[in-house]
Amino acid sequence: MRHVISLLIENESGALSRVSGLFSARGYNIESLTVAPTEDESMSRMTLVTAGSDEIIEQITKQLNKLIDVIKVTDLSEAAHIERELLLVKVRATGAAREEMKRIADIFRARIIDVTDASYVIELTGNQAKLNAFIAAVDPALLIETVRSGACGIARGERALKL
Amino acid sequence: MVLTGAEILIRCLQEEKVDYVFGYPGGAVLYLYDALFQQDDIRHVLVRHEQAAVHAADGFARSTGKVGVALVTSGPGATNAVTGIATAYYDSAPLVVISGQVATAFIGQDAFQEVDTVGVTRPCVKHNFLVREVRELAATLKKAFYLAASGRPGPVVVDIPKDVSMAQCEFAYPKEIAMRSYNPVVRGHQGQIKRAVQLLLGARRPMIYAGGGVILSEAAEALARLARLLDAPVANTLMGLGGYPASDRQFLGMPGMHGTFEANMAMHYCDALLAIGARFDDRVIGNVDHFAAEARKIIHIDIDPASIAKRVKVDIPIVGNVLDVLEQLLHQIEAGPRPDPARTAEWWRQIEEWRGRKCLDYKFSNELIKPQFVIQKLWEVTNGEAIVASDVGQHQLWAAQYYRFDKPRRWLNSGGLGTMGVGLPYAMGAQFAHPGAAVACVTGEGSIQMNIQELSTCRQFRLPIKICLLNNRYLGMVRQWQQMFHGQRYSGSYMDSLPDFVKLAESYGHVGIRVEKPGDVEGALREAFTTHKNELVFIDFQIDRSENVYPMVPGGKGLTEMILPAEEL
Repeated sequence: MRHVISLLIENESGALSRVSGLFSARGYNIESLTVAPTEDESMSRMTLVTAGSDEIIEQITKQLNKLIDVIKVTDLSEAAHIERELLLVKVRATGAAREEMKRIADIFRARIIDVTDASYVIELTGNQAKLNAFIAAVDPALLIETVRSGACGIARGERALKL
Repeated sequence: MVLTGAEILIRCLQEEKVDYVFGYPGGAVLYLYDALFQQDDIRHVLVRHEQAAVHAADGFARSTGKVGVALVTSGPGATNAVTGIATAYYDSAPLVVISGQVATAFIGQDAFQEVDTVGVTRPCVKHNFLVREVRELAATLKKAFYLAASGRPGPVVVDIPKDVSMAQCEFAYPKEIAMRSYNPVVRGHQGQIKRAVQLLLGARRPMIYAGGGVILSEAAEALARLARLLDAPVANTLMGLGGYPASDRQFLGMPGMHGTFEANMAMHYCDALLAIGARFDDRVIGNVDHFAAEARKIIHIDIDPASIAKRVKVDIPIVGNVLDVLEQLLHQIEAGPRPDPARTAEWWRQIEEWRGRKCLDYKFSNELIKPQFVIQKLWEVTNGEAIVASDVGQHQLWAAQYYRFDKPRRWLNSGGLGTMGVGLPYAMGAQFAHPGAAVACVTGEGSIQMNIQELSTCRQFRLPIKICLLNNRYLGMVRQWQQMFHGQRYSGSYMDSLPDFVKLAESYGHVGIRVEKPGDVEGALREAFTTHKNELVFIDFQIDRSENVYPMVPGGKGLTEMILPAEEL
């Protein structure tokens, strides 16, 4: 099953490689990983998307907790949560495709953030499924390049991951 | 007081009451060595290879419970140390390994003797640090010692660039250290303790399976009290030997691949298994599915939550320090009525029947020296009180099976990583820690040659270690597997062109003895431990080449599917 794991980690050089090294050393699956400092710059927050049986997910959270730099770990998938990912897409925008791409962007509530004679850069945020749907809706011949941030997650309601 | 980084390191080691540093100098640690030279509190032991420095520090740590300290230079010094670090990591030995690093301005420039030590060691340390500023040095070392010794112990590497060791700053050693990201649980959850006690008192076939955690947390006495109260049999893992007295009636020996028949049968058929500071590894429980097929309730005590439910499902997990949790269990049991001794009577009758198989019996020979016989004689001659440092292979298992350890911290071996070459440096570390003690290194001709250069260190420091080489001119454990599972094709497992170990020992200034007849075994050992009490004696026992380690649970098989020696003959 797919799990979204969030963690707070000391903002120190090498902290990221401790986490990624753990996943490769123990053969855990890693779908995406995002990391950036929090409002308290001494800490970073990381969102990890992984998949595995309940036993493997239990081991992953335990092994993450065991890393000395890791301050807190939570499995967001255990309760209601929100996931968002950022997608930037560069598409061809000439002739009929120019209008077509604009229409698709509107339908998905995406924003065109760069325009040239021949191309658009489109920005879209949403969950994984929405981003996938958007890419599927674009004629592959028009896709120049795509870049995705990987998922960020946060719990709904009062539940929070903080010190 | 303003000090250089090198002086700060020395002051920190003094604050941590470090007696010995095992090390090897080099360019990046010249300032550290200069500072070492100018003081008398900390003794530096010059080894002959950095791997041995770390193993010796590890042997010191295992035989005392204190943090062992090793000091190596950058680049090859650090990479040579990696095997030692990984060995300590697997067996949770508390170490601080200080490595030199090229100056900060050179880091990343592919400088001479530069290696990313923090990167290389990351997967096999409890934690590691690169100290970029001299003002961080004291606090980093404080953290390193705290991390190494607390919680589940382990090795911590502190990488110190050369310019940091030269730079100066005001020295203050922190008295306390608090880390928001590191707070090991010490006491067990009271609710879980209650459930565990209920289960244990209700069990008709209780069994205690105790590992290295008992030794690490100094819980041998508490374990003995608990075993008596519960009238439960006890098995000690390879890492746990000495955690329960081997001479006690309730002791069943070691479980696992080369465990005793009675220990494995009891592990399998008990109705309540109390696992203490052990981790159900593949060498202990064999085939996981086979093990899980028998219904039994499992209580698992461990300070590392990640060790619990890693390989087997656990009914009552208890996270905490073994000693604290055992005290909690004892407190709870002692408060209630005495357990009924009749409840385990049938269980003990069954165990005695299993014991009656005498699975460790072997065929004595008047012609060929049996390795088991050597270990039994070693036990007799040393009154069972020696510190035994073993290497890795057949001799290791024979030592574990036939040297009956009654006390903790007398059995030093590489259980997890299985590192050949640890024996002699472990013995060195133990002998430094216990100058008056009888220290034996049980080894094979394969293992001893992996760190044989340390005979030179032993000479320099006059270490009176007794090396008992069980020489069968084979990499015996490999040969045993090839005999049993690879059609007797002995690929790469023979040892040709061996040195004359007697002359070799003598050339280093030690005493060498060769023993070729069973009748000479005891005499040679007595000579070594009495006549040459204060010298290193290297005894080359020419043993039966074909002897195998039994019982044996073949790889992939279940605990009850042991091969016993009688079946093999």
